[in-house]
Amino acid sequence: MFVAVVSITILGSAMGLFLGYAARRLAVEGNALVEEIQAILPGSQCGQCGFPGCAGAAQALADGGAPITLCPPGGRAVVQALAAKLGVEANLSDVKDSVPMIAEVKEELCIGCTRCFKVCPTDAIMGAAQRIHVVFREACTACGKCEAACPTESVKLQPIPLTLQSWYWHKPLAGRQA
Amino acid sequence: MKLFDLRGGVHPEGRKDLSADRPIRSLPLPGHLYISLQQHIGAPASPVVNIGDRVLKGQLIAAAQGAVSSAIHAPTSGVVVALGDHPAPHPSGLPVPAITLESDGEDKWIATETLDDPFALSPEQIAERVAAAGIVGLGGATFPAALKLNLSRSSGVQTLIMNGGECEPYLTCDDLIMRERAVQIVEGIRLISYAVAAKEVLVGIEDNKPEAIAAMRAAARGSAINVVVMPSMYPMGSEKQIIQVLTGKEIPAGGRPADIGVLVHNVATAFAVQQAIRYGKPLISRIATVSGGAIKQPCNLDVLIGTPVQELIEYVGGYTQPAVRLVLGGPMMGQQFVNTNVPLVKGTSGVLALTAKEIGQSEAAPCIRCSSCVRACPVGLLPLEMAAHIRASDLSGAVALGLKDCIACGSCSYVCPAHISLVHYFNYAKGDLAAQERAKLKQEAAKKLADARNERMARIERERAEAAAKRKAAREAKERAAQQAAANAEVV
Repeated sequence: MFVAVVSITILGSAMGLFLGYAARRLAVEGNALVEEIQAILPGSQCGQCGFPGCAGAAQALADGGAPITLCPPGGRAVVQALAAKLGVEANLSDVKDSVPMIAEVKEELCIGCTRCFKVCPTDAIMGAAQRIHVVFREACTACGKCEAACPTESVKLQPIPLTLQSWYWHKPLAGRQA
Repeated sequence: MKLFDLRGGVHPEGRKDLSADRPIRSLPLPGHLYISLQQHIGAPASPVVNIGDRVLKGQLIAAAQGAVSSAIHAPTSGVVVALGDHPAPHPSGLPVPAITLESDGEDKWIATETLDDPFALSPEQIAERVAAAGIVGLGGATFPAALKLNLSRSSGVQTLIMNGGECEPYLTCDDLIMRERAVQIVEGIRLISYAVAAKEVLVGIEDNKPEAIAAMRAAARGSAINVVVMPSMYPMGSEKQIIQVLTGKEIPAGGRPADIGVLVHNVATAFAVQQAIRYGKPLISRIATVSGGAIKQPCNLDVLIGTPVQELIEYVGGYTQPAVRLVLGGPMMGQQFVNTNVPLVKGTSGVLALTAKEIGQSEAAPCIRCSSCVRACPVGLLPLEMAAHIRASDLSGAVALGLKDCIACGSCSYVCPAHISLVHYFNYAKGDLAAQERAKLKQEAAKKLADARNERMARIERERAEAAAKRKAAREAKERAAQQAAANAEVV
């Protein structure tokens, strides 16, 4: 009886001390979830979700105040990553990224006003005053800021053209198996 | 020699007799050649000629760029008439950048160097020359051969396997090249073996090619090369399967043959290596089978790279009946195509024109879970389960079942009694996963760019503020000096 009481007491106090130490040592500052969500988001701060930048969107997602389908440039991949992170069902029918888009400059309309490259969040546009601007395909996230800034409708979002590298077989039709 | 068992596999009707008993013929020089810049795995080659340039046969026209790439040479002498897109030999029918060469009919070679003793070269020099000759794996994967040599040498390969399996139905190009050019192939094998310092050299040939086996044995007599007869079964000629049958070792998931000390090359690649090292001739032509039920005279042709497929079909007499499906490569893993103006590339082992009867297409019925596909899978996967996951858009579920180890051999589709195109599901899923991976990489890169931009904006803002503060300080100092001067003047 005495041995049991003593050993349980010792065990309990040792574990309590350990837990108390661990809580201080491993304390989490701020909401870690917000940072993790922010890491999933594209980070181009385009503002299409209606929140001030990706940090704002991440905060809203962590608080549950925004749907996981809020990010148009992120597309399906981001929705799926967010669904896995937040443990909610991903409803992919709301996501309309069936065709990935990219900005393209129509040379004959570009007046070289430099407005588009000033707003581009990923430096995907190259240009100078009175010179035709051009979009770097690899860097463009199709956030659409340039399209809104262009005074001559020279910059437009276009579907990314298929290449031999990006083409792959379509999903087979289920046929009578459905 | 003891052979090891292969898991799964199927026995499709060979149909090799259509083209196997006619000697290799050379196709007459075509008027125009369309040389694709993407004939290999890796980055496309970069052109080093301009429109209007006159080139000689064997002259470098596009250089390798990047770590994984391959050089491309002029298949004949003539004038470069265009640099631009041409329909690719690919099921998508999308364009590929290509060099259009107008042949001048002279077929004049550039100066080449013939070596009396190629074994005087160092292994490094052999790899260098193989790279300069633009040699890629001619079995179909078109991986740059020199990279494989270098990789194998650095990782200490023990066993060199030469693949003469040719398990795809209809194709007989490797069979014929072994029958007719065995001496050159054996020298090529010895060069490859010397370049990677292999301790053991095995040539695996299926038992449905007795003439090729006899020719290779005769040519290999007195050397350390061991010609091994393997049972005919599909997919015996697949890299992983031939290793398993000949050595009993299995490549770990996601690994390479070099991980288990093995290097596999196709026999046709050995011929190309011999030509490049001994005669200094780059890879500008290959043997291709033209066959199928709709072809008048199926045979094997020695064709210049870049020749439009239409010319091959016309040369063998055209069609006897309308072809329902045109395929580049074998019927099991080949790529179907529609436009016969597409050019032949280094990896094209055959051009097949198949009739409706040969395809035997019928509508897919529901899966009855008979597990025929499980028994047929040479990798030991569960095709029916993977396809069910993919149908339900659960790609990660399919990956967990081993989708990435699928070699897309099509054995499962071949045996399926419900005619479900299982391998189509796997090709789609692999493509979709690769696209997701690309999107993720792009997103990460975009994030870095956005961060860099924000940082730059902040720095510019800071510098502007500092400059403004400096200007203000300078102005105040000046004003003070002026006041001081005025005060001094008053005093005076």
